[in-house]
Amino acid sequence: MYEIVAFYLFSALTIGLFSVTIMSKNILYAMTSLAAAMVLISGFFFILGADFLGVVQLIVYVGAIMALYSFAMMFFDATRDIKEKNTNNALVFLLGGLSALVLVLMFAAPIHSDAIVALYPMTEGVGNAQDVGMVLFTKYLIPFEVAAVMLLVAMIAGIILAGKKMDESLTENVGADEEIMIVKDEK
Amino acid sequence: MIGLSHYLIVSAIIFSIGLVGVLRRRNLLMLFFATEVMLNAVNIAFAAISHYYNDLTGQMFAFFIIAIAASEVAVGLGILIVLYKKHGSLDLDDLASMRG
Repeated sequence: MYEIVAFYLFSALTIGLFSVTIMSKNILYAMTSLAAAMVLISGFFFILGADFLGVVQLIVYVGAIMALYSFAMMFFDATRDIKEKNTNNALVFLLGGLSALVLVLMFAAPIHSDAIVALYPMTEGVGNAQDVGMVLFTKYLIPFEVAAVMLLVAMIAGIILAGKKMDESLTENVGADEEIMIVKDEK
Repeated sequence: MIGLSHYLIVSAIIFSIGLVGVLRRRNLLMLFFATEVMLNAVNIAFAAISHYYNDLTGQMFAFFIIAIAASEVAVGLGILIVLYKKHGSLDLDDLASMRG
């Protein structure tokens, strides 16, 4: 009973919040609704018994990625409404719906549900986090290490891309900036 | 009772929301938001299949998708900052410099 209520509540809320993310003209509104929807998606994971995945979703998506977005928004002027000229809105909706349908059909068509057997079945009487750890560090060790290297590369790339010429101001207020530079030079 | 198809339908709806966003957005930051929506939809589907087939592989793939999303955001936001320094805008129509 609770599962049904929670499922319908979470799905309605996530669909609504993601629609706000897609439709909103204000970046702040879009980002806030995206963060809220990601919190609710971790609720889906908790219903499904994937506790560790839900916690990772909360920490990484809501904690890290949203914080990164909000830091990046300090570089862009986020309060301004973005103006988008859309030539043909109905066509875009039609194309989006159709291609999503085609994707779903493509991936659903060859599945014979009976033929699927669990590759790494969940162990009875073991918590989800422990189970995940056992599979991740034995069967998926190489992808785990590769993911670690990939995150390191991404970190270096982010630092180099964003950190270059960090002393130059991005905003139009060049006058105040030059004053600061003059004060620096006088020292 | 909530079955696997319920979750898959929700995931498909969220994925198509993200796809519509990718198609109609003209701001690069908003395009990033739309890709996050699509990645989250796929994560829901993976977790649901993992639960209903009693298999941990789906959760593993969801973890790797989260790692990939994190690195994508790190690199992508760096590129966005460089673009904004160069052009002063994140609008795709302003950034289009090739006229064909």
